[in-house]
Amino acid sequence: MPVAPLSDRPPVMELAGINKTFAGGIVALDGMSMAVNAGDFISLLGPSGCGKSTALRIMAGLTQPTAGRIDWHGGQRAGDLGVVFQEPTLMPWATVADNVWLPFRLRGKSYGEVRDDVLEALRLVGLEKFQTAYPRELSGGMKMRVSIARAMVTHPRLILMDEPFAALDEITRFKLNNDLLALKAKIGCTVVFVTHSVFESVFLSDRIVVMAARPGRVVRELEVDAPYPRDDAFRTSAGYAAHCREASDALHAAMEAAA
Amino acid sequence: MSLVERITGQAAPGAGAIDADEARRQSRARMERIARWVLPVVMLLATLWLWDRIVAWNEIPHYILPGPGRVWDSLTGDWAMLWDAALLTARITLMALVLAVLGGAGLAILFNQSKMLELSLYPYAVILQVTPVVSIAPLIFIYVESKTAGMLLCAWIVAFFPVLSSTTLGLNSVDHNLRDLFRIYGASRWQKLWFLQLPSALPYFLGGLKIAGGLSLIGAVVAELVAGTGGVGAGLAARIQEAGYRLNIARMFAALSMIAAMGVFIFAALSLLSHLLLRKWHESALKRES
Repeated sequence: MPVAPLSDRPPVMELAGINKTFAGGIVALDGMSMAVNAGDFISLLGPSGCGKSTALRIMAGLTQPTAGRIDWHGGQRAGDLGVVFQEPTLMPWATVADNVWLPFRLRGKSYGEVRDDVLEALRLVGLEKFQTAYPRELSGGMKMRVSIARAMVTHPRLILMDEPFAALDEITRFKLNNDLLALKAKIGCTVVFVTHSVFESVFLSDRIVVMAARPGRVVRELEVDAPYPRDDAFRTSAGYAAHCREASDALHAAMEAAA
Repeated sequence: MSLVERITGQAAPGAGAIDADEARRQSRARMERIARWVLPVVMLLATLWLWDRIVAWNEIPHYILPGPGRVWDSLTGDWAMLWDAALLTARITLMALVLAVLGGAGLAILFNQSKMLELSLYPYAVILQVTPVVSIAPLIFIYVESKTAGMLLCAWIVAFFPVLSSTTLGLNSVDHNLRDLFRIYGASRWQKLWFLQLPSALPYFLGGLKIAGGLSLIGAVVAELVAGTGGVGAGLAARIQEAGYRLNIARMFAALSMIAAMGVFIFAALSLLSHLLLRKWHESALKRES
């Protein structure tokens, strides 16, 4: 599925002037605004404590902002969101297929009705042979793939990912980064991806939102104009290095400003 | 063989060749598997033999300590009477266990759904549990007319608490990310309970059930001792008491061994149930593959 240029993409969701202050008086987010358009791969990049996970929880509707608006273009409907957490977060008592079925099941759909969607999602993450396996039988990377399959099985308008590969070893992480981009190219999903890795954010995204801590806020937005598909060759290209330096400089400037 | 190997058809490299250390480990494991069964049996036979000899060497009269042979004779000779008694005790025990499961798990679910109800009632569940049932039982038999109902109530009081407390713990031990996920997907309260909380609580519930199984037998025995034999016939505990009055020590031992066997059977049955329900997914039921 070809990706439209950044400027031509229809809007999906918008955060406007989001502020979140916790009961203890800690300002987790201060005036965050961000537009998410269809087909975007946006990384929220920042040090710990910059509110990037809070921003994601607000987008997911798990936390209410103290001030500001979240606008879903055309209104939010069930199945608009898919989420991948830092841990695979699978139900250990359910098979791989049953785990992927969950978002449908909670909307009252029987397995028979959505069997094809479930199997297709598993095929896309390369786990179609493991549908009857239990999570404990899978490696960390495979569990994360199941989690990704579950997030995309309903074809959501937006997939939120909260440092999904942070706990994996580097080889598995690189592989999953490649596979995630391949997957995105196939199904054309829209992703907001939280990470603290400069390299990961540059490799994956077409937009990077750099955030700073105390109070959590957006300090810069970068565009990564390298075309998709990106593969291992991109990791060693001059353009990749230049983008990494740019993002890294922005991150350091943000951290110094906060210190 | 791991699942990945089974599906990809690739065996681990170097399969077949075993170094000396691995071989030692394997033979030790094999020894342990055999010893697990053989040693307790040898121990039992040795104890029985020693018991028999002590009685014979010291010429202890059978109304003080009968030898194992006399106990065996009593077990076979009084079998019909003991079996009837065992059925009665088993019936009370099982009914109490079923009620403990329904009451304990039911209360746990209610408490989980309403914090206010939990705050109101939980302290009294604790008080009921920590008061020794032997001291409550005489009161129960004053107010409850039916012997069977009184005995059930005694056994239930002892047995329901472990089910309640462990199920409560289990219902509250849901992975917080899964809880968030259910919220994002707009799950209803019942969907959350049915698809998330009850499966999460299952291992905890089964742990409580194993304890409750033993306790409901204790409750039934205590109830029999307090209630006496009138009306409903005599269970094993009542038979022990009655045989004690008659100095029929052999029958006391015979009935006692049947109670012990019943306890072991309940524990084994509940362990098997737990294994069958958890073996596919829970850590406690896993055999390490490497």
